[in-house]
Amino acid sequence: MTDQTESPAAPVVATTPAPTLIYRTRLPIRLWHWTNALAIFCMLMSGMMIFNAHPMLYWGKFGANLDHPWLVIGHHATAGFIRLGSTEFPTTGLLGYAQGAARAFPPLVTIPSGYDLASARQWHFFFAWLLVVPGLLFVAWALISRHLRDLAPTLDELRPSHLWADIKAHARLRFPTGEAARHYNPLQKISYVVVIFLLIPGVVLTGLTMSPGMDAAWPWLLDLFGGRQSARSIHFICAAAIAGFIAVHLIMVVLAGPINELRSMVTGWYRLPRDKPSKEIGR
Amino acid sequence: MTIITRRNALVGGTGLLLAGCDKIVASPTVKRVLTLGEKATMSAQRLVSNRNALAPEFTGAERSPVFRTNGNTMPGSSEYAALMGGNFADWKLAVDGLVARPQSFSLAQLKSAPQRRQTTRHDCVEGWSAIGEWTGVPLALLLRAAGLSTNARYVVFHCADDFDGTPYYESVDLVDAFHPQTILAHSLNGQPLSVGHGAPLRLRVERQLGYKQAKYVMRVEAVASLAGINGGKGGYWEDNVGYQWYAGI
Repeated sequence: MTDQTESPAAPVVATTPAPTLIYRTRLPIRLWHWTNALAIFCMLMSGMMIFNAHPMLYWGKFGANLDHPWLVIGHHATAGFIRLGSTEFPTTGLLGYAQGAARAFPPLVTIPSGYDLASARQWHFFFAWLLVVPGLLFVAWALISRHLRDLAPTLDELRPSHLWADIKAHARLRFPTGEAARHYNPLQKISYVVVIFLLIPGVVLTGLTMSPGMDAAWPWLLDLFGGRQSARSIHFICAAAIAGFIAVHLIMVVLAGPINELRSMVTGWYRLPRDKPSKEIGR
Repeated sequence: MTIITRRNALVGGTGLLLAGCDKIVASPTVKRVLTLGEKATMSAQRLVSNRNALAPEFTGAERSPVFRTNGNTMPGSSEYAALMGGNFADWKLAVDGLVARPQSFSLAQLKSAPQRRQTTRHDCVEGWSAIGEWTGVPLALLLRAAGLSTNARYVVFHCADDFDGTPYYESVDLVDAFHPQTILAHSLNGQPLSVGHGAPLRLRVERQLGYKQAKYVMRVEAVASLAGINGGKGGYWEDNVGYQWYAGI
């Protein structure tokens, strides 16, 4: 986020009748956002097809059909289920059995839609490059351009009372207006930092740990994650968390005003929502 | 009158979306572009790996309690049945192609050659892993005994098994052929290979996935190019299903 029009005389904005357009999103952010969105969607969808080839997860160095998975997505005839430990939950129509297909993830969400491990792997490892290379460039740029300062929550913002207030504001769908809308809010900062510095590196490093070639080159990867099958489990958990982030992210975009939000991520320009009189907010 | 219910619209829309996506997936241009990722991955892995970097080895206690089998578990040919009936006493491994002295080794000869024992992890392309102890002859020893030609670029493993009449085979380049952990294994966990695991001899190429670990190896052929051998892509799965020839990830 940039503050090219920032001025200390903030309250003036609230009374200005014309909408205030600010240049909020710099070009490297926008470029990375969209290449990353494409890469992540293709990787999640091809990744779900790859998971379908062996829809079980294990902890430790090894794990195969006769060992003990902690997660299984399967089906009994036409009834889909997810099994966590020894507890089964019915998921027919979503997981295990859906759209007439006995697969862990249904055809609608996988690339390719049919069972095709070879193609899914080609997609996954092509888009992995589009995830990693622009990702590294973005982080390097963020360091140099001090964009990291926009992303990092301040100590004040991390105080429980501040966070609680932000959680309540989100729950009531009250979004920042006026000057406050120039900056990311605390929950937004935390979620972006978690995705950029924890989940994406986590998914990349656990992905590399599953590679027998990389395990020979960088054996420390196995020590870091506790073995290849643990890495596979963590890979899946990080991917699921990223999918969860995307869902919330898209809901927030829609609730906060999709046209304005999309314009700012395409052109960089954002219409600053005007401060509303407090009566109106309390309705 | 046709009533477009929400459900029908959803199902119809879903169908269109799937058809569109599958069209992209099936496009030859898209397929060609995606192979760039495979080439980049192989180059990058080779760049960050020492030529002789070893795959992790494990202790006996870390072995899988059950090492599952996969792929073919019983070659269908009568020739194989006859060899198996004789407990592989008449079985011979041929080493030929671009070599100065084509060789033929009995199982007893291979077992009396210098051995390497390694407890390694087998990673199936589908995602599962199993750890087991393999014993066998380093491939490099056999290639040196046969006098590998300087024109050779790949080593092809011809196998006794087939899928519906299409023979199984695999290939590696010389980096992996001469890797210290690349062995032709005759034992798993101290026992002669079971038929399910590829008796009497299978390849272990420990920095790659399971489908590279050819079972029922009958012949080792040194070649300058993979073109012209079966489908030309260097392996049964590569030719017939499109798996990557470089299975390091």
